[in-house]
Amino acid sequence: MKLPKLNSITALVLKRTGLGLVTLLVISLLIFVGVEALPGDLAQAVLGQSATPETVEAFRKELKLDLPAHVRYFTWLGAFVKGDFGNSLANRRPVADLIGWRFVNTLFLAAVTALVAVPVAVLLGILAALYRNTLFDKLISMVTLSTISFPEFFVAYILIALLSVQVAVFPSIANINPQMNLWQKLYAICLPCLTLALVVIAHMMRQTRAAIINILSSPFIEMANLKGLRRLRVVVRHAFPNALSPVINVIALNLAYLVVGVVIVEVVFVYPGLGQLLVDSVSKRDIPVVQASGLIFAATYVLLNMLADVLSIASNPRLRNPR
Amino acid sequence: MSLQKKLENLFLKGKITRREFIAYTSAVGLTAVLSPVLLPAKAQAAGPKRGGRLRMGLNGGATSDNLDPGIQLAMMPQTLVYGTIANSLVEIGANGQPVPELAESWESTPDARKWIFKLRKGVEFHDGKSMDADDVIYSINWHRKEGTKSAAKALVESIASMKKEDKYTLVFEMENGNADFPYTLSDYHLVIGPKDTDLTKGVFTGAYVLKDFEPGVRAFATRNLNYFKSDRAWFDEVEILGINDVNARTNALKTGQIDVMNRCDLKTVHLFKRMPGIQVMRQDGFKHFTFAMRTDTAPFDNNDARLALKYAVDREQMVKTILRGYGRVGNDHPISVANRYHAGELAQRQYDPDKARFHLKKAGMSKTTFKLHAAEAAFKGAVDAGVLYKEQAAKAGITIDVVREPNDGYWSNVWMKKPWSAVFWGGRPTEDMMFSTAYAKGAAWNDTFWAHTRFNELLVAARAELDEKKRRGMYVEMQRIVRDEGGVVVPMFSADLAAATDKIGHDKLAANWELDGFRAPERWWFKS
Repeated sequence: MKLPKLNSITALVLKRTGLGLVTLLVISLLIFVGVEALPGDLAQAVLGQSATPETVEAFRKELKLDLPAHVRYFTWLGAFVKGDFGNSLANRRPVADLIGWRFVNTLFLAAVTALVAVPVAVLLGILAALYRNTLFDKLISMVTLSTISFPEFFVAYILIALLSVQVAVFPSIANINPQMNLWQKLYAICLPCLTLALVVIAHMMRQTRAAIINILSSPFIEMANLKGLRRLRVVVRHAFPNALSPVINVIALNLAYLVVGVVIVEVVFVYPGLGQLLVDSVSKRDIPVVQASGLIFAATYVLLNMLADVLSIASNPRLRNPR
Repeated sequence: MSLQKKLENLFLKGKITRREFIAYTSAVGLTAVLSPVLLPAKAQAAGPKRGGRLRMGLNGGATSDNLDPGIQLAMMPQTLVYGTIANSLVEIGANGQPVPELAESWESTPDARKWIFKLRKGVEFHDGKSMDADDVIYSINWHRKEGTKSAAKALVESIASMKKEDKYTLVFEMENGNADFPYTLSDYHLVIGPKDTDLTKGVFTGAYVLKDFEPGVRAFATRNLNYFKSDRAWFDEVEILGINDVNARTNALKTGQIDVMNRCDLKTVHLFKRMPGIQVMRQDGFKHFTFAMRTDTAPFDNNDARLALKYAVDREQMVKTILRGYGRVGNDHPISVANRYHAGELAQRQYDPDKARFHLKKAGMSKTTFKLHAAEAAFKGAVDAGVLYKEQAAKAGITIDVVREPNDGYWSNVWMKKPWSAVFWGGRPTEDMMFSTAYAKGAAWNDTFWAHTRFNELLVAARAELDEKKRRGMYVEMQRIVRDEGGVVVPMFSADLAAATDKIGHDKLAANWELDGFRAPERWWFKS
């Protein structure tokens, strides 16, 4: 690959990064307005039933919640650009401390799930395309579509009932903590990992299958078939590389989901990830935490989408070498 | 159940002989010699044992929690602070009586306005400092100081002054007499920490020393080797996990990942009870659910309208359906059978559509629609309870419209704002605390906005009355007044249900708070 060819990708990355930053700014504004629009504020939410007007007032003063909204937003933004995430309003702990290890946990679960789910999904997709319209194809379509059709918590409870209560193979809660080593952690997250894998595999597998089948009707595949190549070789060497682009996009979307969309699985398995923190913070109107986690989620989407585009271009000679 | 356990059970039930037991166990390679069932009965019945890690999975933790003793909102921080790492001057024993804790003894003047507390000597904080009167003054003032956001502010407001007589003697002067002052000091907010320190750091005198706290997720503490109670703190380590999902808690206990859980699922607890190796513990405490009517707002300013609504609720059915039988019927006042002066002699209000209709007619409100605001946030099953109430009242010709409110912000936007709303009350260990908190004229949480002259006179008089008999009479009269003229419908008192593995041993459970008065970590033990 020659340098000038890379340039188009570099330019794309730069452009998308810029747009991504604008997106994040807009999102931070939306989050702020959204949380402001919710009834009540942190002082009331934290004090709950025990809030008396006096204590609420004292609390508001202490947290500077009595300042006007735009002042609070820009103070926060000013600090945020400088890399200061601020402190949680609810318990005065630095947001970076609250989020750091949870985000690592979230990524850990997402990464392990992806390592299991992506190869399985792609492989199943290829096999399904290879044995299209056979009993095998229909069977895996049926199974994966059923797992995606059930709500995740249902899948989770079924797995707990089967693999944790009936046969005590895996633990029912995945409350990993720093005292555990890697193997203990991996063992602890078996069930949430399996749940998430079952949910995301169907999507990726269907897309792989569809993309390959689409390619299989192209003239060059016909040519390959006429040359007398084996069907497996045709699918894996000729069709699959050309089907990569849509597959990469779907994988990226599913990876993003694994990072940002797993709150329910976290609750069911008591997994200390970022999702639970976000939910708690929204219900307590703890804006700095909501902002930081919201932006992390948004950034994940932006980054993964960008990565998907870059990889699609890199995987496609026609896009890689534009005329 | 392991094979050894099964054999032990058979042996204990007399199904197999001692000789067979030994033969079977050695046949499968187990060591009968070590089995406790072969020891004389006396050794088995031995009291609490030291050791082990207690793992509790608790509902009621949020990532926004902190350790400030003034803001302890839910079970996880309450059990951690009051039950595990800290002490108050007074604790509540299993029979509901005040027992000296950090205080050694106390006495008061006959008008109950001056209280002299002798402190226990030789108590050390986790940081090694010894506790004296200055620490107590500092800790109580944590809730009295300017700009405090403590929920216990109302409790300590009546203290006019605190004086240190000597290092271990403290004199409280009250604004008015308060015969229940020792009870007040047992409150879970009023824990004692070292002077001039930040009490949100978790350094106290308690049975365990806090090692790690991640709000809403996990707390970990190890036994305080210097603990001043020698007959408590049996576990080596205590781990508290925040598990808000009831199914997750149940599964974790079933699969042995935790030893204790709170708040069992009422729908499945009957199945849980049948499981081997699990004990379900019920406490009938002070917790009650109410429908609070604002007596300053039409139509609830009319006592006949209120009485009509009180006669229109079928309490037995409420307890049966909403609480699945795990509770008791209420009598339209907030005093529980677990309270000292519960008026058992007061006739139980019954479901009576005819009387309801009569009072409704007398109030001239046969056409009125009563709007009842409820949300699950008020208490579990509040919306269902509202709908049930609506059906029951319909039989008396009363129209209730149940308005479902969002859970989010319920306590700030609905409770005490809407004229009629569903309310959760944890209850209070004394009549005075309960009435002063929510029924006294002008009290911050007087959610019925009720002001009854005779009631308020009695409240002040009873508070300072040291004569048990007279005092009882007064509280009985007050319960009657609330029942007949108050603005609150109290359909039910809810029992607390916790569950644990049967390896956990405990004495009689105190009913003042859940899990043995939050004190499970220091009072319970592993049997083997």
